[in-house]
Amino acid sequence: MDAAAPVVLEVRGLRAYLYTRWGVVRAVDGVSFALREGETLGLVGESGCGKTMTGLSLVRLLPEPAGRIVEGQVLLDGEDLVTKSEAEMRRVRGRRVSMILQDPQTSLNPVFTIGDQILEALRLHPSDREGSLAARAEEALRRVKVAAPEQRMRAYPHQMSGGMKQRVVGAIAVAGEPKVLIADEPTTALDVTIQLQYLALLKEIQARTRLAMLFITHDFGIVARMCDRVAVMYAGRIVETGPTRALFRSPRHPYTEALMASVPRMEGGVARLPSIEGQPPPLHDLPEGCRFADRCAYVDDRCRREYPPTMPVGPAHEAACWRIEPSPSSR
Amino acid sequence: MLEDRAIAVEPLIRVEGLTKHFPVTRGVLIGRITGHVKAVDGISFTIGRQETLGLVGESGCGKTTTSRLLLRLEQPTAGHVLLDGQDVHALRGAELSRFHTRVQAVFQDPWSSLNPRLRVRETIAEALVVNRRVTRTGKLERVEEVLHQVGLPLSAAARYPHEFSGGQRQRIALASALAAKPELIVLDEPVSALDVSIRAQIMNLLKDLQARQQLSFLLVAHNLATVRYIAHRTAVMYLGRIVEHADTETLYRSPLHPYTKALFAAALPADPDAPRDDMILSGEVPSPIDPPTGCHFHPRCPFAMEQCSRVAPELKAVASGHVVSCHLY
Repeated sequence: MDAAAPVVLEVRGLRAYLYTRWGVVRAVDGVSFALREGETLGLVGESGCGKTMTGLSLVRLLPEPAGRIVEGQVLLDGEDLVTKSEAEMRRVRGRRVSMILQDPQTSLNPVFTIGDQILEALRLHPSDREGSLAARAEEALRRVKVAAPEQRMRAYPHQMSGGMKQRVVGAIAVAGEPKVLIADEPTTALDVTIQLQYLALLKEIQARTRLAMLFITHDFGIVARMCDRVAVMYAGRIVETGPTRALFRSPRHPYTEALMASVPRMEGGVARLPSIEGQPPPLHDLPEGCRFADRCAYVDDRCRREYPPTMPVGPAHEAACWRIEPSPSSR
Repeated sequence: MLEDRAIAVEPLIRVEGLTKHFPVTRGVLIGRITGHVKAVDGISFTIGRQETLGLVGESGCGKTTTSRLLLRLEQPTAGHVLLDGQDVHALRGAELSRFHTRVQAVFQDPWSSLNPRLRVRETIAEALVVNRRVTRTGKLERVEEVLHQVGLPLSAAARYPHEFSGGQRQRIALASALAAKPELIVLDEPVSALDVSIRAQIMNLLKDLQARQQLSFLLVAHNLATVRYIAHRTAVMYLGRIVEHADTETLYRSPLHPYTKALFAAALPADPDAPRDDMILSGEVPSPIDPPTGCHFHPRCPFAMEQCSRVAPELKAVASGHVVSCHLY
């Protein structure tokens, strides 16, 4: 990644709420980040922290009728997606922004062949490439390393393994040559040796097409391998953003720090893992101040009263915590 | 020293040549058997008292079937599971009841493993009354005791599972496993459904309980770091067979079998500066209905030799307590 690459996607102060029987669930509550061409940004956090809702609001696929974007902008090449009509959005999805979901089983239609589903994607996205649709579909399968694509075109999803299906989903996602790919835990349903194959494939596609990737995950191993930068989400907000190495070496938000420490290591050598006691606050009943306050080792009165501002802590590295003193040098 | 103890004392669990084949049928009404899924294919291991054996491998390698055989939820096609020298699949009557108090299980998903219509107290007590005669007060005392052991407040007893988060539910599942004072708990992916920040809590609890109550664990998991943290010894399975087995330290420091190496290389370390000795395996795990001849791993193995496709390698001891099944050694 180079820092000079143009910003493709910029999210500003995004708030997406779910209006439910139990109250307003503030799933995405003031999220901002930017994504550059050819870059991978990891969005990490626990289940229920709003990372999937963030991904879905970028392509305006929030669950209906509960979900609504209430504030903020999603700028794709400077164009705001939030204000677009549904018809306009249909031309954005797949062609400019694509998404890969966790479970390949549910993202493919079980009653159509793999070929039908890839052809559908290709038909929706006219390209100036030469060749018949069928040839292009086979080519798409070959590019995601599906063996014997001519035969696979006639196969149904249930005849393929999970890893193979996720490759097909990948082929469909990049068929329209999008500039942004949102990958929401794409390898969670896969075995580890298959996961590694798939991650390598995504990297390869990215190198060829300069895709900007938003990689949603809870696995720090994947973050370390795949991401140039990381944004850590907690209870609807991003609490820390920074270059991957800086975040691993010197996490500045107490949540990031505690989370990193609680991950067991392959090298072992830990007699006892430090754990974070308690659990995140419910998104329909968020506390006034910092949302991590109840579980934080360094909490004080101010934390409970006021949400801390996001402060720079290093090059391209920022965190939202009252313990961070604004230093004149980083300003 | 470990060796001496193993000879002197009969381990709690001894598994010998355990095999489970599931028939594959075709046809709706009159099924024809067209083949067998060789889920577990002649495996042997032991679990000592207060010891944790980790069983790792990818989906379909037979680790869950192995745990179900140990729990007596499946009948083996061949081989034995011995608890204190007694074949658990031959137990009847009072002996069988006793087995059910001695061996308990905790499963992956605390959302489906707890009955939503029972109060926590009832769920926990059920494990007690089914296999033992207990008085009403004895029952309540035990419920309070185990709730305390798993770090839940006593007020939890009167509540229903839906009122708890995933981590707390897994504590409830553990409490009900502990109620009957078992000697062995089979843990099938006990933390993989939980959030990262909650996993460490439960893993620490498991370690504490083992030390305090002299428990043995069979830990079935795919997350290698979890196994490293909890298990004393680890066995790696591939397509129904154990390919390597050693004490956890040794196995993680010097894996020998090419599959173990690939599996470890695929586990991404949570460190951006970790060396990347990628060993990306080609292809996928073959079908257990028709596993490859010879060594099951040979079609994907980067070191495959001519004999690997013909001769299945035996498990060989390469060091004390470290066995591997590969023609390279």
